[in-house]
Amino acid sequence: MAAGTHALGLEDLDTRPGRDTIVSSLVRWSFIGVSLAFLAALLFAPLATVFVMALQHGLRAYFHSFSDPDTTAAIRLTLLTALVVVPINTVFGLAASWAIAKFEFKGKSFLITMIDLPLAVSPVISGMMYVLLFGLHGWFGAWLQEHDISIIFAVPGIMLATMFVTFPYVARELIPLMQQVGNDEEEAAMTLGAGAWITFFRVTLPKVRWGLVYGVILCNARAMGEFGAVSVVSGHIRGLTNTMPLHIEILYNEYNFVGAFAVASLLTLLALLTLIVKTLVERTGYRRR
Amino acid sequence: MRSIRQPSVLPGFALTFGFTTFFLSTIVLIPLAALVLMTASMHWHEFLHVVLSPRALGSYRLSFGASMLAATINLVFGFIIAWTLVRYEFPGRKLIDALIDMPFALPTAVSGIALTSVFAENGWIGSYLHTLGIKVAYTWVGVTVALTLIGLPFAVRSVQPALLEVQRDLEDAAETLGAGWFYVFRRIILPTVLPALLTGFTLAFARAVGEYGSVIFIAGNLPMKTEITPLLIVIRLEEFDYKGAAALGFVMLVISFVVLLTINLLQAWGRRRIVAVSH
Repeated sequence: MAAGTHALGLEDLDTRPGRDTIVSSLVRWSFIGVSLAFLAALLFAPLATVFVMALQHGLRAYFHSFSDPDTTAAIRLTLLTALVVVPINTVFGLAASWAIAKFEFKGKSFLITMIDLPLAVSPVISGMMYVLLFGLHGWFGAWLQEHDISIIFAVPGIMLATMFVTFPYVARELIPLMQQVGNDEEEAAMTLGAGAWITFFRVTLPKVRWGLVYGVILCNARAMGEFGAVSVVSGHIRGLTNTMPLHIEILYNEYNFVGAFAVASLLTLLALLTLIVKTLVERTGYRRR
Repeated sequence: MRSIRQPSVLPGFALTFGFTTFFLSTIVLIPLAALVLMTASMHWHEFLHVVLSPRALGSYRLSFGASMLAATINLVFGFIIAWTLVRYEFPGRKLIDALIDMPFALPTAVSGIALTSVFAENGWIGSYLHTLGIKVAYTWVGVTVALTLIGLPFAVRSVQPALLEVQRDLEDAAETLGAGWFYVFRRIILPTVLPALLTGFTLAFARAVGEYGSVIFIAGNLPMKTEITPLLIVIRLEEFDYKGAAALGFVMLVISFVVLLTINLLQAWGRRRIVAVSH
């Protein structure tokens, strides 16, 4: 039997014209070769170099770099930022997708475009907008100084800038997904007497859970890794307003390569973890729309 | 609320719509308005003086030139990689397919320092290129390399689904009838994937123009030579020249708006083509 199916498979291949010639396998292997060479130079070599540089003076030096109080402060601030920003943007994503997918109203496509807008704006401009609002010479700068409130060059500015750049991530996963699964089950639940929150948690949420996971992990990766927007509003005060990506820049410019790449290695591991979760979610049959 | 929406048995429209528009206004629209207002508060000749200064023009040339080049490289290699992943089975294919999204997930500061150390004169690849007389790090070539990495997933992910839609029996039929590979490519494959290719190109370009983190490490950051526009904005802000920074930001915003519009038109064109082909 096995031999029979095998022969059938070969025959099937043979019936496709041009699949068995030397030229076609040459083409095939040159495509694979060019792809791998391109990715090796541009993607795999930089990924490997992060760990090679971080470990160039051995494991002891690698772990020692995390005992620097400025480094631990940067890690803490990055975690804190993600802890504040990701839940807020998740709630926003759920609210926006409920309003947009469950109801018909005027101006809907304009609203969707506005939600996607932060993706099209340069990170530097994202940070700058908050400087123009809250910076010393910004619209509210004088008022904030009078009342002794600091937003720019302080943690609130970092949170705001991060919130802006990660704003669309959850919403843009959930909106098309909720639109596709439709309202029938929710309407049935409501008609049968379920309350609004019960309907949301027991009917809607399970249907969109993989899209939600997908959006949240991408939102988190961007929140922890954002550089440009945060760089503009942070002021780079060591131990106070330095996130992990900003701390990488400071260590790198001081030629502390082990330290810089050690912090970078943590963020690289986070990125790998994000890709693994993303791949697992896609295995469940979830497709991006 | 009743007047702008159609009736529904589902609850929560006022709550979710209200929260969405409120949060959108606070985080996105008001800050954007601040940028536009700051630019609008400038005199015409003051605005032109800033956005047409030689240093600004030099930064546009690098930002847009390198982004255009990087997007073109991604157009070619994105197609080759997408083709390889869709059409061929080889060991490690799924792993590589997953890793294509790495530039999305990897913080830009990390890719910046990693690319710099790989392409520096003493780096793994930079040292070979150096013996050939090619300097990558701290030149416009390095800027292009960084922007290519950043845009790669956009190109590959745009083309991949379109390639899956190419009807392979048409290719086979054409080959059986004596068509050469180039003819098949030009008349069957290219028409199907062209909108996707152009979308990928535009997305990669749009992302590259605004990119900051991965570029500033590998660029030399010399005014007029290796200084990108986003960096010039940061420098203006550090000098507390808010208006100068806002004017440059406004120019970039207008350009990304035009690019977005182009993407939407391309996608509409792609959908029309698919409808036209299937009828």
